[in-house]
Amino acid sequence: MFAVELAYWQETILKLLFAFVAVLIPAGATVNLYLFKMVSFMQSRLGPMEAGPYGSLQLVAEVGKWAQKEDIVPARADEFVYKASPYVVLLSTFLLVLVVPFGPDAFFANFGTGIFFAMAVSSVSVIGILMAGWASASKYSLLGGLRAAGQLIAYELPLVLAVVGVVIQAGSLNLQDIVMAQHNGEIFGWGAIGNPFILTQFVGFMIFLIAVQAELTQTPFDMPIAESELVSGYMTEYSGFRFLLFFIGEFATANIFAFLGATLFLGGWSIPPFLMDIIPGLAPELDATGAVLSEGGNSAAGMSPWFNLIGPIVMLVKMLALTFIVYWVRFTYPRFREDQLQKFAWKVLIPISLVNIAVTGVLKVVF
Amino acid sequence: MSEFLREYLLVLLFGLLAIGVVGGFIGLAAALRPDRPTAGKLENYESGVDPVGGGWSQSQIRYYIFALLFVMFDVEAVFIFPWATRLEAYGMFGLVEMVIFIFILALGLAYAWRKGVLRWA
Repeated sequence: MFAVELAYWQETILKLLFAFVAVLIPAGATVNLYLFKMVSFMQSRLGPMEAGPYGSLQLVAEVGKWAQKEDIVPARADEFVYKASPYVVLLSTFLLVLVVPFGPDAFFANFGTGIFFAMAVSSVSVIGILMAGWASASKYSLLGGLRAAGQLIAYELPLVLAVVGVVIQAGSLNLQDIVMAQHNGEIFGWGAIGNPFILTQFVGFMIFLIAVQAELTQTPFDMPIAESELVSGYMTEYSGFRFLLFFIGEFATANIFAFLGATLFLGGWSIPPFLMDIIPGLAPELDATGAVLSEGGNSAAGMSPWFNLIGPIVMLVKMLALTFIVYWVRFTYPRFREDQLQKFAWKVLIPISLVNIAVTGVLKVVF
Repeated sequence: MSEFLREYLLVLLFGLLAIGVVGGFIGLAAALRPDRPTAGKLENYESGVDPVGGGWSQSQIRYYIFALLFVMFDVEAVFIFPWATRLEAYGMFGLVEMVIFIFILALGLAYAWRKGVLRWA
């Protein structure tokens, strides 16, 4: 329908541009919507009202303010490591968005090991945070950096293990395959809404959400930047734009994790199959066996090209729903103590996720 | 270059994009912000009071032990993923094998638990 042939370099430049947009625009939107406005309503206040209609340009004003702040590198800090750490944190964010599929052909890269790659690069940010904490040459920063590293590795495990349940069900690490497995799935022979894995992997979904909350150091798990005891944790000595970059990394990563969660558990960019029967023009192209046509490692190649337009919107809606939960929890619960936080990961989440894997495996083999 | 390697070339390009974005933002801010360092400003902020002693203090060994535990389980995850994708082909044999594997690792966690490593005293 809209087949456009592009040279490799043109395609790559477009992908880089879209990646820039896909990382920064949703981050700005959720910060404005949730962090500025929603929290204000939850706390019975109006929030920003001056910049733009209804305070909608507040973020622009904030960035303008940050850009004018003096950039201070403490004299005792390890300057190279201190300056390098925001790069490492954002590196993890940009590599994470690489594997998220937004439509049958609308993806940056369709790796066979998609979700495994995502889990691997998501832990790169630990190194950046540890670098920031160490290089600042400040006691609070060091403590915050160590706490963050300890927390990120503790919750990395439940995150990875929760994903295994989905991988067992879909039988693939490829995110496009996982979307299609949910699209083609049936609940006891009833296929009208496919089989979004949130239904069969509800335990995994809950573990995933909790682990993501901890990976992002959002409030019940914000011991690393606990302002009442560590000033601002590993970010204490940072100022100006470098400080802001840690925030951009945090909120952009929150969105990308929500994109991943939507892909793994909520059916990704596809819509329930019964809607595709009702709306004309969305019928998939089938191969000889009656399954959706797949082509060159892309199992969604037979889906209607319209999904390249609908898909990103569907993903955005699902992403907003998941990030809403993240911020809702953030502004509702008090913070865990450091020992409770570690205990919760090692003694509750990891055993549960191991049991979840075993049960999923047994059910997969039996049925 | 094969199609496969071409896809992975994007990893490198996205890495460069990240570095470019961060460098671009910091460079843009450098054009706008003042730069008047004084000795007092370059002192560590910490909690607003003049810092006492050095910044690189000793820390709890506990973090190191948690890191060791993490390595154990992360290696486990590396083995579980390929198994999970092929479970249908392996059937009952694969299932029993993996349950034994997970059991041994759970035993490791139970040992660490019993030894009091997970306690934050």
